[in-house]
Parts: sequence; structure tokens; C-alpha cells
Amino acid sequence: MPELTTEVERLSVVIEIGDMPVRVNTTDPHFLDILQDRYSGFISERAERDPEIEFDVDISRATSADPPADVSVTHHQGRWCLQRGDFRAEWNPASRSGSIRQTANPYSIDAVLRIVHTLVLARQGGFLLHSASAIRNGRAFLFAGVSGAGKTTISRLAPPDVTLLTDEISYVRRSSVRERETGYTAFGTPFTGELAKLGENVSAPIAALYLLAQGPENRIDPVAPGEAARSLLANVLFFAEDEELVQSTFHAAFEFVSRVPVSRLTFVPDARVWELIG
Amino acid sequence: MSRLYLARNPRVAARGLDGEMMIMSGRDSTLFTLNKTATILWQSADGTTPLDEIVEHRICQEFEVEPAEALHDAETLARELARHEILQISEEPIPQTAPALGGSR
Repeated sequence: MPELTTEVERLSVVIEIGDMPVRVNTTDPHFLDILQDRYSGFISERAERDPEIEFDVDISRATSADPPADVSVTHHQGRWCLQRGDFRAEWNPASRSGSIRQTANPYSIDAVLRIVHTLVLARQGGFLLHSASAIRNGRAFLFAGVSGAGKTTISRLAPPDVTLLTDEISYVRRSSVRERETGYTAFGTPFTGELAKLGENVSAPIAALYLLAQGPENRIDPVAPGEAARSLLANVLFFAEDEELVQSTFHAAFEFVSRVPVSRLTFVPDARVWELIG
Repeated sequence: MSRLYLARNPRVAARGLDGEMMIMSGRDSTLFTLNKTATILWQSADGTTPLDEIVEHRICQEFEVEPAEALHDAETLARELARHEILQISEEPIPQTAPALGGSR
């Protein structure tokens, strides 16, 4: 009698962003190739390390996906439900596992990973921030601003001794007790902006947050604490329609501005601006 | 004339920083920065102190303003804050079941 079922090989890759390994399982070798290419530099080789989250990806062939549709992130009975026109995902923090249904593209899972990282970070006093970030002399600097403020420009102008963490989405994690003096650490991310260049997968204690503005000269000006908190909150990534999470992120932003110097960096678009940094 | 009672909406996050009170809606993450009068209303909104007493003891002490005018302006402001779901208002004392999430730090 012939076999009624055939065993399908499960393929896996561990994507480690912000020191948080996420295992992604798929049966589609083409999708595995997409992931390995998209997250080059963020693929963990530490096979012995347990993933903090594991996703099974179900690749669909639907073509009516609508990525620009609003993302919906809701929490119900211990499970997070993440939805956009081009994907539907569920994640159970208690079991540390979830599922994603999407077509074989890198953009849908990228959105899922961003959302999941914001949810995890919010519980830990961290956040993802619309900002470029870079390391110089062992310290990380963040450059926040809305689209057009100069995140990509200042990243592009960075001199060779600067390590770029991201030109678009910074990863901010509250530091461990042993690093209490520092307070916060910035990690490299594969979340790119116009520069379309992945950040380096390294981290450093955050020395300063600069609010970007373009002007006729390069200068750094102090920012009042209230304005610093408002500007930070305006640039923090929020996805979830969840009161507790909003509260956590709100207070995390205030903790951040009480520990990290925040200034306004006005700059003309040339490399001399980096003489003020580091 | 009926009295008006104010209570903080427990579903918002609040934080004072360098003299500014900031409130974030837990529902849609809208951020509000309160002016001085709104801050006094927020700080005094315990659900049991009527608005006219808040005006008399806090607002008229802080600003040089006629009590009747101050009460009218404070009521308008309180209703505006209630419309944004920052405060709850009622003509009866409002029992407080839980502090505002995160409280006023």
C-alpha cells in the first residue's frame, strides 16, 4: 500500500536582532533563501542558543495582498494578533511561539519582526525609534527625526571610523543591572531606510540622542526635558492598541530622557557635522 | 446650582517633568501637554473635591482672577479634558477604583 503522507522537510533560520534570537521555520526553500539574503549579518550561528520566539511561516500564494493597509495589533486571551493586508500573524508570549501566513516576500515578515520587537521591548523599558544610530569611540549616538529630517543624510556623511547601526529604525534596550551607569544600549538593525544598507550587528551604550534639524550652520543646542520627552514619543514606534503597552512605552520614554542627554543637532549637509559628535 | 466633581481617567498615563504635565491616552496613544490650569485640575481631580472648591482654593490662589469667571473657565476646561477622556466629570462624587495607570510621577 502506498504512503498516504509524505514528510515535508522543515527548514529553519535564527534571526538575531537586539540580542534576541527569533527562529523562523518554513518548508519553502525559496523563502529560506529570501530570509538569509534579507537578514545577512543578523543570522545567528549560535545553534545551541534557544530562540526567545519561534515562528512557523505558512507561505500562501495569494496575490491580492495590500501592504499599505493599516496594521492592526491586538491582544486577546494571551495571544497577540498582527494583521496587515499582506500578512496575518499570531504570537503567544507564554509559549514563545507563533505563526505567520504571508506570501514569499521579505517585507511582510520584516513588519512582523518590527512589531514583535516593539512588544518585547516595551515590557523591558526599551523601544524602537525612528532614528539613525551609529557608534563612535565605543559609544552610540542616536539621530531622531521624521522622514526628511536628515537621518539618511547624516548616515551617509559618517566618516570611516563610525559604525552605522541603522539609518532608519534604532533599537533601544534598557541596559542590564551590571551596566546601570550607562542606562541604555543601542543595537544594530537590519531595518533600513533610503540608504538601503543594513546596520552592523553590534551594540554600544547610548551616549546621546540628537533631534535632527537642517539649518545654515552646524550646532548643538540644549533641549528642555518636556520637549525632549515629546520629541522622543513622537518618534517611538507604536503599533499595539493596548493600554498597558502604551503606558509602558510612555514611561520608558520619560525614563530615557532622564538618563540620556537629549539635544537638538542642526546641520548643513556636509561631513563637518561629525566634528561635533563623539 | 449643581456641583461638578472631577476624577482622573485611570486609563491614561501621566507624568510631570520640569513643571509640565504630560498625559497619554492609553486608547490611541495621543499625547497631551497640560497648561497650568489643566494641571491644577488634573492634580486636584480626586473624585470628591467639587470643582468650585478647586477653583477657590487652587486656581484663585494661583492666578489673579474673579471667582465666578474662574469657575466658568475651569468648567469649560474640565469638559474639554473630559471630551479627550483625560478626566471624568459628574454631578455626583466619583468613586476612585484605581489610580491612573502609572500615576503622576
